[in-house]
Amino acid sequence: MNPVLEVRGLRVVFDGFAALDGVDLTVAEGELRFLIGPNGAGKTTLIDVITGLTRPAAGSVRFDGVELVGLREHRVVRLGVGRTFQTAAVFEELSVVDNLDLAAGFRLPLRSLLRRRRGISDEVAAALETAGLTALADRPAGVLSHGQRQWLEIGMLLVQRPRLLLLDEPVAGMSRDERERTGGLLERIARTHTVVVVEHDMEFLRRYAREVTVLHQGRVLREGSVAEVQDDPRVREVYLGRSKGEAVT
Amino acid sequence: MSGRISLVLCVVLLAVAPLVLSPFRLGLLAKYLCFAIVAVGIALAWGRGGMLTLGQGVFFGLGGYAMGMHLKLREAGPAGLPDFMVWSGVEELPALWKPSANPVFALAAVVVLPGLVAFLLGLLVFRQRVRGAYFAILSQALAAAFVILLVGRQGLTGGTNGLTNFSRFFALDLTDPGGRRVVYAITAAALVLTYLAVKLVVRSRFGALLVAVRDHEDRVRFLGYDPALVKTITFAASAVVAGLAGALFVPVVGIISPALLGVVPSLELLVGVALGGRFSLAGAVAGAIAVNYAKTLFSEDFPEGWLYLQGGLFVLVLVFAPRGLAGVVEAARDRFRRRPREEVAG
Repeated sequence: MNPVLEVRGLRVVFDGFAALDGVDLTVAEGELRFLIGPNGAGKTTLIDVITGLTRPAAGSVRFDGVELVGLREHRVVRLGVGRTFQTAAVFEELSVVDNLDLAAGFRLPLRSLLRRRRGISDEVAAALETAGLTALADRPAGVLSHGQRQWLEIGMLLVQRPRLLLLDEPVAGMSRDERERTGGLLERIARTHTVVVVEHDMEFLRRYAREVTVLHQGRVLREGSVAEVQDDPRVREVYLGRSKGEAVT
Repeated sequence: MSGRISLVLCVVLLAVAPLVLSPFRLGLLAKYLCFAIVAVGIALAWGRGGMLTLGQGVFFGLGGYAMGMHLKLREAGPAGLPDFMVWSGVEELPALWKPSANPVFALAAVVVLPGLVAFLLGLLVFRQRVRGAYFAILSQALAAAFVILLVGRQGLTGGTNGLTNFSRFFALDLTDPGGRRVVYAITAAALVLTYLAVKLVVRSRFGALLVAVRDHEDRVRFLGYDPALVKTITFAASAVVAGLAGALFVPVVGIISPALLGVVPSLELLVGVALGGRFSLAGAVAGAIAVNYAKTLFSEDFPEGWLYLQGGLFVLVLVFAPRGLAGVVEAARDRFRRRPREEVAG
């Protein structure tokens, strides 16, 4: 298995506070990796650095051997790294299908962009199906529920055919039912993609995670399978033990 | 398609106008149409792209001067100098003016010059993620600086007086009502074509992308697009449209001067768009024509009252109908249309 993502010695400082302090992370092709850790552990910051939103003070992020640090966000996306956000950001005034079409069209040259969309491409239709939004295709995305927005975002990610997907808390704020469906979606996506998921929800983690990386105070605390991580007393101390009561609902 | 019917109706109205209006009123209408062309560009940049451009006067002016310079040279005296240069004591045609003698260059400059200036400015500004009020202020400062530059270089630009005294527009005699009718027809055609072209852009994928950039610029980056480039292209397109309007304004009104391009005129271009509805191209066009017509109407009878009325209207619309008149019309139409459907559903 080739490493798709190699993070080395990453350090991010916000106003003197080290949000990431020497993080190393390697994700292999085809992996489904969960990133967990208490609030402020640096999970989202790590994703922000990989996708070019935040500049690190030191360290490197290599994707397929290409250095990502210093590239602008859209360049990183064009190399094949896609992400979603904690609060699903979709374009509310555009229809669901236009949201997907826009995501799918980022490689189109300007002259094709200046044409009108005719019908729905197979790719977009497939993403509508996967996201379970076919019936809502022509409605503005603004009418979607929180869960549907997350699925739309994941669909928008899929049509971009990224080699690496970064999902930032995909089930935060979802109902049990919605979590279930998102989990199913995740399993399906993970079969054909390399995925990194930041997640808080322990139940979700136990059900769907394979490899887990635990971050704590900007450092990697532990890496391993779900069982290994759960058995680690240090992990229990900083995270699992303390949040067990909150997470299991 | 009620939109298509309205469009045909408007084209018919524009075609009938020369038959029913006096040459003087037709000239005024042609002037309003010039402002309406600018409004289409503003509706694109501001309504779709979220770029509140308070400096469209600059691009209007660049187009106007590019056209004016060529017309001036066509009418130049024996020394090949425009009249105002002779009065300013200029003895040789400045290098900046020389290419304007070529009609192809001049016509190209009308659209290329404003487009290029806006494109370069956009690259600088949008790359640095300057947006919102900061962009608005910057564009307004640009209008102020442009006027100072024009006024300061009297021998080159005609100073405060600008370029005026045009008697011919290429083969057309501007002193003859027939010639002026043709100028009107060209202007009306330019408006219709601009409207249709921008409409196509709005409905294209690029139009959707533009709305996406307006609403969630940061999210668009993560779709793999460069929002700075999308905004720059749109801003340049709105400048091209303004330049075209400025160029037509010269034969229509017979003058292009700094007083028409500064901070206040630039704001006035915006007022019509805000009143008509910046999210609707048709609304912007209607708003620009209506505001300028009202300006003529009120200025004839109550010269001092107009500014207060305009300001009052602007405030009223922003507070009570932020989508402008077009928004009010749409809301009324939706209510009218939806009611029967809801009854069926309920």
